[in-house]
Amino acid sequence: MIRALLPPAVGLAASPLLFAVINRTKAFFAGRRGPPLLQPYFDLWKLLQKGATYSRTTTWVFRAGPVVGLACSATALLLLPWGNLPALVAFPGDFVLFAYLLSVGRFFTVLAALDTGSSFEGMGASREVFFSALSEPALFLGLAAVAVRTRTLCLSEMVGAISPSAWAAEGPSLVLVCAALFAVLLAENARIPVDDPTTHLELTMIHEVMVLDHSGPDLAFIQWGAAVKLWLFGSLLVGLAVPVRTGDAWLDGAAFAAGMLAVAVLVGVVESCMARVRLVRVPVLILGAAALTVVALVLVVR
Amino acid sequence: MVPLLFSTGVLLLGGFAALLSGKRRRWASAFGAGGAVLGCAAGLAPAVSAALGAPSQALRFAWPLPGASLSVGLDPISGFFLIPTLLLSALAAVYGIGYLRDSKKPAGPAWFHFNVLVASMMLVLLARNGILFLIAWETMALSSFFLVVFEDEKAAAREAGWVYLVATHLGGAFLLVMFVLLASSAGSYDFSSWERLPMSPAFAGLVFIFAVIGFGTKAGFLPLHVWLPEAHPAAPSHVSAVMSGVMIKTGIYGLVRFHAMLGSPPQSGPLFLAIGLTSGILGVLFALAQHDLKRLLAYHSVENIGIISLGLGLGMTGVTCGSPALAVLGFGGGLLHVMNHAIFKGLLFMGAGSIQHATGLREMDHLGGLLKRMPWTGSTFLVGAAAISGLPPLNGFVSEFLLYLGAFMSAVGARSPATAAPGLAALAGLALIGGLASACFAKAFGIVFLGEPRSSRAEQAHESGAAMLVPMALLAAACVLIGLLPWLVIGAMGPLLASVTHLPAAEVTPVLAEAAAILRWVAAAAGVLIAAVLMLAGVRRALLSGRRVETAVTWDCGYAFPTARMQYTASSFAQPLLAFFSPFLRTRERKAGLQGHFPGASSWASETGDTYRELIFEPLFGGCRRLLGRLRGLQEGRMQIYVLYVGLALVALLIWTLGAGQ
Repeated sequence: MIRALLPPAVGLAASPLLFAVINRTKAFFAGRRGPPLLQPYFDLWKLLQKGATYSRTTTWVFRAGPVVGLACSATALLLLPWGNLPALVAFPGDFVLFAYLLSVGRFFTVLAALDTGSSFEGMGASREVFFSALSEPALFLGLAAVAVRTRTLCLSEMVGAISPSAWAAEGPSLVLVCAALFAVLLAENARIPVDDPTTHLELTMIHEVMVLDHSGPDLAFIQWGAAVKLWLFGSLLVGLAVPVRTGDAWLDGAAFAAGMLAVAVLVGVVESCMARVRLVRVPVLILGAAALTVVALVLVVR
Repeated sequence: MVPLLFSTGVLLLGGFAALLSGKRRRWASAFGAGGAVLGCAAGLAPAVSAALGAPSQALRFAWPLPGASLSVGLDPISGFFLIPTLLLSALAAVYGIGYLRDSKKPAGPAWFHFNVLVASMMLVLLARNGILFLIAWETMALSSFFLVVFEDEKAAAREAGWVYLVATHLGGAFLLVMFVLLASSAGSYDFSSWERLPMSPAFAGLVFIFAVIGFGTKAGFLPLHVWLPEAHPAAPSHVSAVMSGVMIKTGIYGLVRFHAMLGSPPQSGPLFLAIGLTSGILGVLFALAQHDLKRLLAYHSVENIGIISLGLGLGMTGVTCGSPALAVLGFGGGLLHVMNHAIFKGLLFMGAGSIQHATGLREMDHLGGLLKRMPWTGSTFLVGAAAISGLPPLNGFVSEFLLYLGAFMSAVGARSPATAAPGLAALAGLALIGGLASACFAKAFGIVFLGEPRSSRAEQAHESGAAMLVPMALLAAACVLIGLLPWLVIGAMGPLLASVTHLPAAEVTPVLAEAAAILRWVAAAAGVLIAAVLMLAGVRRALLSGRRVETAVTWDCGYAFPTARMQYTASSFAQPLLAFFSPFLRTRERKAGLQGHFPGASSWASETGDTYRELIFEPLFGGCRRLLGRLRGLQEGRMQIYVLYVGLALVALLIWTLGAGQ
């Protein structure tokens, strides 16, 4: 029980570090030193200390948005395994619940954005629902490929079954699934090339523009929720891409941590080397990911 | 059995009493709604016990009509479909009291037709004789037609009624032919004689196709759905709730009943999956393109019927390839979705009616900010919107989860790409439908209830009365209850699934037990989610207490004079999605203005008609009309010509008799 509670607790606590690593990577590419590694925590702490300002237009839906968003991401953490260590909540079809928990968070974030009556936030909400509707099939088809390969519908068993021998046997399809999952990760977490988290031009943003009106603890919840969401997709990717299953908790944990670090660095590298694609091109990117999963399925179903 | 017949009797009695109470609105409402509520309440207990597996009952009386008999029966299938029918009809009747209170039209006929509609739906579900079934089916169609044209002073309602009448009778014609074919093969119209009727594959295929077209027209399979987006918005909202929530499900009932009775050809699984995918995806896309709230909900019925037929398709695939798990999960998910859709779609139509009652508007782009003015309507609508989007912890997620499980299972169990493809297509389709549905309901709820009012009527909106709010609150509670206790519901579906799939209980029970165990986990996670939300809300409250919490205008980029018209509208919200899927939708845009050096007022409008109506049915019916119009030449209007026709006909008859005599 304690062991099973460890991964969600670590995820909740360590997820803001991913943002720090991404920022450090980007600073390295730009020739700067970058903010300290604990900067995301300082930001969260600062926001949690503040009061809040609300628009007169808003209702309780606006106040519920950040709370539900963080609660959904945190609950989804319970469904994620760590290598050999099964998740606290593991049952056949648990990844459907995983994806739909994230949908609940998104639904409320979108409603909170629409609650402000701002056209900027409406714009962000509209883009968010569009891209997520397309990335959901890609996620499910990718997981279906893994499910078919491992002959199980339980995420913990799927990830547990990934081993060096599985990679040796099904390398190409796993590479395709990992590539697709990485694209979904970028799209769902509002990273370049889909969305630019650092821009200050509301017209071009997706996720950041939806939360323009939030302040104080609400904004802290949103940023923490975003960090946990990145952690969720990152650990899904690492679970499939890093086949270290020695049974030694320390060794496996170290491999997992290294994997997460690599994912964060990779996101930073992508952000440093690529421009954000035009919004009309984003569906092409996501459908490309879906196409990769279909190819993976063709390779797997025999 | 007897309580159910008694319940139909009470319904009809209440209807006639309402009709006779003439101009006295209160009496009409009391008799009509009272009869409906009493009748439905009386029938509920036997329906539930039949669905839970009480021994099947049947009654049979002779009837002088050729081929017909007054043969009725109650088994788990009928019982299961009766539950949402009775529950939703009773709640809609209570809602109708409030909804019709301020109407200028006489209430008597409206209640009469409503009660006849409910009674005929019950009879459709109970009938065990082809002729009786068709009569009940036709009564159901006609009574709902009169309800659709309730506001017959509006041209749109008359047009909608006309489309509905034609569509439902075309569907009925296919059923008639199918019943005649079956009766000629079995020698009787009694369903008992059709049970496991030996048929050649070609004959079985023909019967199956007629059933899919006949029942599919009522259910709203694409492209036979064209009447739905016309008829549902035109009817009074409590009738829309019943029509969309349960009446179209009689089409699903027919398909399930005939599947249980005759079995289905091996191609039926993929066929239903294809129907489900097209209806589901295109239904939700058309819904996204709508500006009228009730029209949007009507297209969502097409989408949900698509999800249900995905379930039927998975179930039939399971039966064909001998996989009890797939059969039980597919039929279980599909049939549970029948119940769930009745609950949340009834709730949503009642919510739309409450808005229309308060503002007189259905155009989403004229509404806005209603959550502050109508908090109960808004909150219950939000529950319905989240439930229909399939979000946990509500009931929509439970049935869709079972379908996902079935689809994944069929893909994982497949040994070749050809057998894996249907499951994978269902999977990707369900994911896409789920994402688009939640986009659509984010739009519907967000534009209508959030932000600032976009018109003065929306600004002056007021909350509806208790008669309308209590049914909505009960339906919202049902959404939450099924979402939090799913294992109880699925555990109780054993007898139903055993009689649909014809599998022995020993094969159905373990699958259901496993599904129930999985759903316990889902419910546990839902509990954790709710606890986490409550905890974080408490943390937020504690953090903000004693601190400065200000109110201000929405951040507007420094622009000092924001107006409500600057908000994102339903059209602008859906625009990127519609542009992406434009090949399927054919949205028409009309722009005016912005010409010359000093442009005047400009305008922009978009409209998405029904592609199938425009590309298939209008040319088809136009062609028929032109062809039949040629016969008009025979109708000269001069008496001599008609006398000539009579003479010619007599001579022809004479020649024929003489020829036959030799």
